Amino acid sequence: MSDEKNKSDQQKSGVSRRSFLKASGISLGVPLVVGHRVINVNGQEVKLYGPTKTSITLTINGAKQTVEVEPRVTLLEALRHELDITGAKRVCDRATCGACTMIVGGKAVYSCTVLAIEAQGKPITTVESLMQGEKLHPLQQAFVDNDGQQCGYCTPGFVMACKAFLDKNPSPTPEEVQKGLGGNLCRCGTYMGVRAAVLQAATMHKGGKNHG
Amino acid sequence: MNAFEYASPTTKEQAVKLLGNSWTEAEVLAGGTDLLSLMKDHIVEPKRLVNIKSIKELGGIAGTAKSGLRIGALVTIQELLDHPRMRKEYAALVQAAEGISSPQIRNMGTIGGDLCQRPRCWYYRAGFGLLGTQESGEPLVPNGDNRYHAILGNSGAALFVNPSSLAPALIAMNARVKIYGAKGQREVALEKFFTAPTTGSQREYDLQPNELVTEIIVPPLARAKSATYEVRQKEALDWPLTTASVVLTMTGNTVKAARIVLGHVAPTPWRSTEAEAAIVGKAVSEATAEAAGKAAVEKAKALSKNGYKIQLAKVAVKRAILLAAKGGTR
Repeated sequence: MSDEKNKSDQQKSGVSRRSFLKASGISLGVPLVVGHRVINVNGQEVKLYGPTKTSITLTINGAKQTVEVEPRVTLLEALRHELDITGAKRVCDRATCGACTMIVGGKAVYSCTVLAIEAQGKPITTVESLMQGEKLHPLQQAFVDNDGQQCGYCTPGFVMACKAFLDKNPSPTPEEVQKGLGGNLCRCGTYMGVRAAVLQAATMHKGGKNHG
Repeated sequence: MNAFEYASPTTKEQAVKLLGNSWTEAEVLAGGTDLLSLMKDHIVEPKRLVNIKSIKELGGIAGTAKSGLRIGALVTIQELLDHPRMRKEYAALVQAAEGISSPQIRNMGTIGGDLCQRPRCWYYRAGFGLLGTQESGEPLVPNGDNRYHAILGNSGAALFVNPSSLAPALIAMNARVKIYGAKGQREVALEKFFTAPTTGSQREYDLQPNELVTEIIVPPLARAKSATYEVRQKEALDWPLTTASVVLTMTGNTVKAARIVLGHVAPTPWRSTEAEAAIVGKAVSEATAEAAGKAAVEKAKALSKNGYKIQLAKVAVKRAILLAAKGGTR
């Protein structure tokens, strides 16, 4: 289905699956936001946050966004549930599968296992940042060209893991690619396509094209 | 995950004041790679989380193989691997770190966290307590699925294996760990840091609830040869079945002194003085390395489903010795 067709379908129905799900949720009670309290430790003030909601500011794809979350909310949940940034997927939620991979402070991390509150002050890059208008990022295009996805659930995390890998190692050998992508699982078994995509994106980079 | 209070102190003094007097009050958050999963599964339920990542003095690697190394507890696994001198001078540590095969885990996980992480025993992880028992107190591991459990040091109540990837290499290097707590600073040989608990409410290491691992001190190793050999089932994203780390001081091909430590075979990292005695004074060869491997598992006792690990441990010791003698590079 073309992108245009997709868009017109959505316009016709006037409501996306996601906005429907959101609207149909029932809000239970009024959230309590208390910010923080200050305690004195050895004559110095230390801020204690939570356990109720507190206001935090995240720098996501270059834009500062403020949300109110409990300290137990993970970075992944804050983006998906509070900010509607849903590229990164929640799959295992146990720092194993890699579907939630984001680049935080220049490093690929499992965002299911980072607290939103501790991600403050660091640049957070998600898969949403890669596309320029309607144009795919060369790495995304390489995934398409090399059949690097099947069901697609692991893909956004894989793309970000590949991005972080290429940022650090722009001209990898096939062996380095294999080792460098060891933190992401694909149950459809698209590994060969993903590895080929990384090598294609690396070659394009060497050819002088912008890799982002 | 239960709700909790969160603080991010900037000094270790503040951090220990924020920690509790019992294990249920507070937990230390560093890389978080395991702690948050334990909290999601309600295995660990702290009322307060103390994030130590803003404490600058807990980071950084300083020193050389000649002077000895000081590694801050917050140094990540990837920072260890990226350190320019580490690969050449501390081969056993680098090879152990490489065994942690997920880049994301290496970016997040810290050396202090690797030493203090909780066992992977699936009975513990499924809520049957640290020692894996029924509510009646009946132990589940001896007659259960113990394929990944201990083959050495398994005569007590603890049958899990210590999960640290780095500890065997660091103990082989005779490393010490610096600990800061409510009563001030202390230093412990890493070999003595790990303990096999006898009750489910104890921890697997010598730390009080209000103490913090601050740094690891590795003595000078400039003239030693070292290696770690890891056996695991899958190439990526897997835990070791067995590891062996060796540090050899050699004259020509003859071993003058040896430290040999096995991982994932016992409730603590397992120093094998038997394997050390078998190789010291000998020239390294297939035959002497194999004899050391054999000596390492002489006292091993299989549980009902983990007999294969005795063979793996034997081979891991042999191959680690041969690898170290070659100069630590594969």
